[in-house]
Amino acid sequence: MARDELDDLYDACILDHCREPRNSARLESPDAETSAVNPFCGDEVYLQLGIVEGRVTGIGVQSVGCSINLATASMLSEAVAGRSIAEAEAVSERFRDMMGGAAVSSAEAKRMGDLTSLVSVRAFPVRIKCALLSWTALEDALESLDGGPSRPPC
Amino acid sequence: MLDVQKIRRDFPVLDRKVYGKPLVYLDNAATSQKPKSVIDALVDYYEGYNSNVHRGVHALSMEATDRYEEARAKVAYFIGAESAENVIWTRNTTESLNLVAHTWARQNIGPGDEIVVTQMEHHSNLVPWQLLAAQKGASLRILPLASDQTLDMERAESIIGGRTKLVSVVHASNSLGTINPVHELRDMARNVGAAFLVDGAQSVPHMPVDVADLDCDFLAFSGHKMLGPTGIGVLYVKPAVLETMEPFLTGGEMVLAVTNEEATWNDLPMRFEAGTPNIADAIGLGVAVDYLEAMGMDRVRAHEEQMTRYALEAFRELEEVDLFGPRDAAKKGGIMSFHCGDVHPHDLGTFLDREGIAIRTGHHCTMPLMQYLEVPATARASFYLYNTEAEVDVLVDALKRALRYFGNGS
Repeated sequence: MARDELDDLYDACILDHCREPRNSARLESPDAETSAVNPFCGDEVYLQLGIVEGRVTGIGVQSVGCSINLATASMLSEAVAGRSIAEAEAVSERFRDMMGGAAVSSAEAKRMGDLTSLVSVRAFPVRIKCALLSWTALEDALESLDGGPSRPPC
Repeated sequence: MLDVQKIRRDFPVLDRKVYGKPLVYLDNAATSQKPKSVIDALVDYYEGYNSNVHRGVHALSMEATDRYEEARAKVAYFIGAESAENVIWTRNTTESLNLVAHTWARQNIGPGDEIVVTQMEHHSNLVPWQLLAAQKGASLRILPLASDQTLDMERAESIIGGRTKLVSVVHASNSLGTINPVHELRDMARNVGAAFLVDGAQSVPHMPVDVADLDCDFLAFSGHKMLGPTGIGVLYVKPAVLETMEPFLTGGEMVLAVTNEEATWNDLPMRFEAGTPNIADAIGLGVAVDYLEAMGMDRVRAHEEQMTRYALEAFRELEEVDLFGPRDAAKKGGIMSFHCGDVHPHDLGTFLDREGIAIRTGHHCTMPLMQYLEVPATARASFYLYNTEAEVDVLVDALKRALRYFGNGS
């Protein structure tokens, strides 16, 4: 059983994102730019957003660290691209709920796409923080668009 | 040689299974397991004679005081201290180091003075000195590493100089395993009239350490890494130095007489032990010391050196693994610190955990060293007297499978 959980944690979808991160090119002249770092494990995420008329028209995410951090950052970039700011905020909130144990309906799973594969991380409580780091970067970026000061990149 | 199979029976936790697999506990540099005798000593105190020390006239208090002071005497004997007066109880190595920073160092370090540490210090032997240097207008000098990740002693010779007031060095690195040449460093410190402090957190539990031989002014170590309970640590201070030191924390226990206006200080070492102390855990540490004395620290070291030699050889099969620290078992403690190709240490730690293998992954509270090595984290397996070569085989086999697992996908 233990090995099944491990296989879920490192399933093909997660490892695929990990090996070939999506939207990893740095955005030139972004509208928002943030970073998030977990000094305890050395995980790092750098995130840039391009915004046109309240929608995410461009996203760049560069991440360093463990597989879960790399895969989440890549999946996040796909889940948020093309969305309105409000939708992006909702996805972020929903993802945090999911990591906190909330059930995910099949309709919702469709909307969340690859992100639902990260539900397996819940069986490894010490690794949940690895799946949340890039969302912190995203939330900071979205907040800065709302008029707050953008946190300078590390 | 140690009878490791017999020793293992003294440690109840080593019988347990993790995810259905036998526990392979290789995180001893973080904390050691405890023998039944230490656990029993804690229970005996709370069930049999729980009471405060140094104050009561009743039987329980006298028994507790006797056992508590007996533990101090055992520790003093264990490290070759002049007397039990030179053994101050603290919570851990970190508190021991902070005690020196807040007392002796405040009294003796001023503007323009230099404090010397190494590139491989635990944060606990770095941050207190950073703060003190900033407060006093002193500066911190770092002894660099040579290519084999031992100290560059030629550079050390030029850095330890006329301005140096304190040389504070880790005896055995928790991240690299490197055993530093503390006698040479002491001579360099003595030659310039500097005080000499040894962080013994990773040496006192694993090898013979004698303060008379070291001739250090201070030795700091933790009980929980040497079979004792958490929450009890030790600061040894040389007699001539201890007599000059002002108190650290103040309040009960550390005073002799108090009026509305002033107080006089208690005898040594109680002067540095304000408040009700950690009685049970001090007694537990005394019993841990009994256990180590019975095994013999020479034999503990010989066992770990052999374990390390065996592991160094076994790791040669793992081509993708980069090892940190010296490759010579005689120059290092029982610590294998490594990086596994493209596999992040945390992914590796999770994989090994599911195999029942407990290792540490992360920066090991040595972030400046990680920056120097240019890695965010390492994986670390660390041995103690109850570990076996068979456990090294289990680790190496699991590492091979982990590399395949992450290399080829699931």
